[in-house]
Amino acid sequence: MRGNPATHLFIRPSNLNGILTLLASEPGQWTPFAGGTELMVSHAAGQLRAQKLINIWGVPELSRIDMDDNFLSIGGGVTFRQIRDHATIASEFPLLAQAAGWIGSIANQSRATLAGNIVNGSPAADAPPSLLVYNSEIELISQRGVRRVPYASFHVGYKQNILRIDELVYALHLPRRFTTHNHYLRKVGARRAMAISKVALAATAVVKNDIFLEIRLAAASVADRPVRLLITEAALANQPLTHKTIANARMAIYNEVKPIDDIRSTAEYRRCVAANLLQQFIMQCIAREYSR
Amino acid sequence: MRSGTHPRVVGTPQLRKEGVEKVQGRTKYIDDLEREGMWYGATVRSTISRGRVVAIHYDPRIDWTEFVVVTAADIPGNNHIQMISADQPCLANGHVNHCDEAIVLLAHPDKRRLPEALTAIRVDYERLPAVLSIEESETQLEIIWGPDTHEGNLFKQFYVEKGDVDSVWANASHIVEGEYRTGAQEHLYIENNGAIAEFSEETGVTVWGSLQCPFYVHKSLMAVFNLPADKVRVIQVATGGAFGGKEDYPSILAAHAGLLAMKVGRPIKLVYDRMEDLAATTKRHPSRTRHRTAIDENGKILAMEIDIATDGGAYATLSSTVLSRATLHATGPYVCPNIRITARAWATNTVPCGAFRGFGAPQTIFAIERHIEQLALAVGLDSDEIRRRNFLHDGDSTATQQVMIEPVILDKLLDRAIEVSEFHEKRIQFSGDNPSSLIKRGIGLAAFYHGSGFTGSGERYLNSLAGIDVAPDNKVRVLVSSTEFGQGTNTILAQIAAESLGISYDDVIMAPCDTAIVPNSGPTVASRTSMVVGKLIERAGSQLIASLKLEAGLLDSYSTQDFFSACDLYREHKGKVESLSRYEAPPNIYWNDQLYQGEAYPAFAWAVYVAEVAVDTTTYSAEVNAFHAVQEVGRVLNPTLAAGQIEGGIAQGIGYALYEKVLYKDGHMFNNQMTNYIIPTAQDIPPINVYFEEIPFEHGAYGAKGIGELPHDGPAPAILNAIQNALDLSFTSIPLLPEDICLRMTQASHAMSPVSA
Amino acid sequence: MPTHDTSFTCDVTGVRMIHPSHTVRFTVNGQSRSVDAPPLKRLLDVLREDLALTGTKEGCGEGECGSCSVRINGELVNSCLVPILQVEGAFVETIEGLSQADVIAELHPLQQAFLQRGGAQCGICTPGMLVAAAHLLSHTPNPTLEETREALAGNLCRCTGYVRIFESILSLAAMEEPADHAR
Repeated sequence: MRGNPATHLFIRPSNLNGILTLLASEPGQWTPFAGGTELMVSHAAGQLRAQKLINIWGVPELSRIDMDDNFLSIGGGVTFRQIRDHATIASEFPLLAQAAGWIGSIANQSRATLAGNIVNGSPAADAPPSLLVYNSEIELISQRGVRRVPYASFHVGYKQNILRIDELVYALHLPRRFTTHNHYLRKVGARRAMAISKVALAATAVVKNDIFLEIRLAAASVADRPVRLLITEAALANQPLTHKTIANARMAIYNEVKPIDDIRSTAEYRRCVAANLLQQFIMQCIAREYSR
Repeated sequence: MRSGTHPRVVGTPQLRKEGVEKVQGRTKYIDDLEREGMWYGATVRSTISRGRVVAIHYDPRIDWTEFVVVTAADIPGNNHIQMISADQPCLANGHVNHCDEAIVLLAHPDKRRLPEALTAIRVDYERLPAVLSIEESETQLEIIWGPDTHEGNLFKQFYVEKGDVDSVWANASHIVEGEYRTGAQEHLYIENNGAIAEFSEETGVTVWGSLQCPFYVHKSLMAVFNLPADKVRVIQVATGGAFGGKEDYPSILAAHAGLLAMKVGRPIKLVYDRMEDLAATTKRHPSRTRHRTAIDENGKILAMEIDIATDGGAYATLSSTVLSRATLHATGPYVCPNIRITARAWATNTVPCGAFRGFGAPQTIFAIERHIEQLALAVGLDSDEIRRRNFLHDGDSTATQQVMIEPVILDKLLDRAIEVSEFHEKRIQFSGDNPSSLIKRGIGLAAFYHGSGFTGSGERYLNSLAGIDVAPDNKVRVLVSSTEFGQGTNTILAQIAAESLGISYDDVIMAPCDTAIVPNSGPTVASRTSMVVGKLIERAGSQLIASLKLEAGLLDSYSTQDFFSACDLYREHKGKVESLSRYEAPPNIYWNDQLYQGEAYPAFAWAVYVAEVAVDTTTYSAEVNAFHAVQEVGRVLNPTLAAGQIEGGIAQGIGYALYEKVLYKDGHMFNNQMTNYIIPTAQDIPPINVYFEEIPFEHGAYGAKGIGELPHDGPAPAILNAIQNALDLSFTSIPLLPEDICLRMTQASHAMSPVSA
Repeated sequence: MPTHDTSFTCDVTGVRMIHPSHTVRFTVNGQSRSVDAPPLKRLLDVLREDLALTGTKEGCGEGECGSCSVRINGELVNSCLVPILQVEGAFVETIEGLSQADVIAELHPLQQAFLQRGGAQCGICTPGMLVAAAHLLSHTPNPTLEETREALAGNLCRCTGYVRIFESILSLAAMEEPADHAR
């Protein structure tokens, strides 16, 4: 334990308005603190630079999962435990439920929040690939009001995002139009549990008459941020389910991803496995077509 | 009433002696303990791998008057840690030889003030060239340890010669060569190293610690503090895992805590956090083993030439004895008339390597068991048949000319392993299924022995003493310095005591493991506790019964009440009821240290392990799906504990083979977090089927041989043999990670081409 | 004392400002507790240092090993990652909440199973393992082996290879169905 808790201010405003007021009145001074699964690790390592912390754990407005006809909306403070246990998420957005179940351990899932996973911005984060292939929108809130943007535009660099210093992630909105899609998610880590992605690939697609009509691909740990793989998507769009398509797609993803060598894996391994995962997804689509 | 000689307590699943407190969370480990007025310690460590310390700067923004600072200048005795050689300083004095070497110690009453103070101390160095691998060290271009001669950088070497190796090569039908490598491994006991120390002029230095070998620490503290034996006291407290990792390092930690306690004048707690423990404490020796083997057309081994090199790190610690065990296990359980083994332990500027379950044997057993698989391919034999044709049997002799006088039942173990694992059926099934599957499955085996007890003359030098006493409150105490750290010392020794005294297991307790109370029964290492220390307790018990019969009227048939009544009577005459027993070597055990010839071990445990793997060619990850462990360890003293030892050792062996990689940068372990040093979780361990054959060994307690280290020897080669079966690719290094498999598989067929199926 | 060096250029902040402690009230194993602590202090440290409940262990300090597992309001958490501020008003359950009886027969069935089947070796992971196991059984009284493996994946054990831990837990599930006893 290398941090000294007495050297940090940590306060708990009574409601969301109080939090937003403080973030606005003392811009850049306060760091929001939710489930603590990242910040407490930094703290233990003596590397928590933020001196002033503001509690956002347990804020009711951020902890809800709501639905209307068009969107399923997940509050920024919703835990992965809640996501795992949610029936509609499991049926309509299975990749997100699956990703939630792969995060750390049961104990981590009961504390880690969706917004925390996103805002921390690790290229290896588990939730972003699924959110990207579900074409999610992210809603940000501040005292100035809310703004809602495509989630694909949220991450702009290594641990960089468009969140302004007075904003919180209010909710993620997932369009409810994926029930008939082909879904695919696979996380490859160093072991079966308690693993950080070496590479992960998420995909949703509509296949009709053996042709990819709509396809979205997103990956973790293959770039400086969670990414959609637009070039590879283009290589697959409107293409037939053939071995030639597979070969082209492998080539496309192999060249599109920009992984690095780091403490967990190698760039070459990540490229190869990304290509294999994509192939596995396409083979799964073929199998599904043939089983009809 | 006690009747007959059939064991009643030994061989039964008695409950763990300290088990109730453990399942209640009441057991007090070192970090759970406090002393009145205690301060906390912390350690300033080298940030470079080799160099001269030029200056130490203390940031003036810190009020240093609140802290106590200890450097090498504060050491009252010798500035070295007394292990086999005295080369390792207690605190660096002028030079550092590895990253994370201790230079300065700090103490403060508030432990939360220490981390910042550590960052406020800057050490200036004059860097010297560092040697960071076996290959760099053996060039001897830069001498970092020892004389500037051909013996430079060399901690130890052994040479074993049997028969006439050079006469064989010309006539061999096959000569097979191979090079095999094993990596460093971290013990990753879940409880980090830690100690509490007190010092006073009257009582000297007292240390409580998480440790394996109280008398190692005791001896080392005597030298550092220049104190006589009775002014040094070491008390082992509950120890949360060790695996060899608390054999040598606690001597350093105890000295540091003691030095701070002496200067501060208060008790000091020095407990590492995980990052510090991983970076600064010992690892398993990395190794490189080269084999050159001559075989005839029937697969019979004619000659073996083996060259072993280990990386010992910056100081000698236990490298010589680890190398010895590596050497003595290098041929595997095979008979061969012509053998030459050359073994060398090299110095590098990395954290010193130390003891780790298996102690050199897992390294060389990995090599021979991978190599014999290649012999099988060369002559076209099955994995089991090549082994069967070369196994040691009763009457055969080993590389050191030790004749097998005890029964060797390798054939039986192999038969059983093949049968329970459905080895041949699986091989047929997998070879049919694999071509059309993305998951390639394989099955492989390893056969091996593990020598029980200290190598060669070791037990004679140790000259262990252990015993039993009976207090007036009818508490029968086992008196040993043998420590409990999960493996079951308390339970089996209490079982043995109860058995030999003819009383109930519940009537026996363990005396506190305190050098002021218990005799030196030797270190708790080397698979020696059941066999060697257990035998001393067995003998102490039977001696005591004989004395009670002779001098206190105990009859041949007696109840527990009769026993305690006799003890009371005996105490009236003699003052106390105590029976001590000193080590006596089994007959026909002769070892020549100079020639490296003779009886290397009094007994061997034998095993055949089978691993079943699945390699996913989408992710290149290999998983173990099933594991079968068949072994002969003499009599099993406690079936629950014995199986637990085997299962736990196999889990560590699976980690060693497929998951655990120590990543060094300039000699510093930089994946020094549990997040980044990957051990198997509950999801990664397959079902493990454990089978024992029991052949009682006359000179072990109630027939017991060693068991604790054996299970770490076999998994890695069995797993890599299974992977070779699955992929038809021969891997020669561990840990074998998906990245390594990917590299090999994509070398053959470029990544752009679709994988098969 | 070392001499002060005024030419020091190292990047440290010097002694940081110390903020006052706060009073936090919560329930531990059914008992109301109140502690004064910095709000960022880890629940793990509050349990061990302020409440002398040392059954909860620290193995890694980063939520990886599970030795510090406790339950908060029925959820399994790593107490090394929970700041005490967030425990205000909560119900905390630790290993000390299982039976502390001296008689084996009065132990919690999980404690008895671990004792009898070799689920504990060195014992340092055991408190966290038992809390995680109790948590599993609280929502899944008859877990499968796969469910058990997943439920314990956040609790690292270096001694047992997990085999006997699984057996201990599954033996309780089997108790509900006598037919399974022949396993």
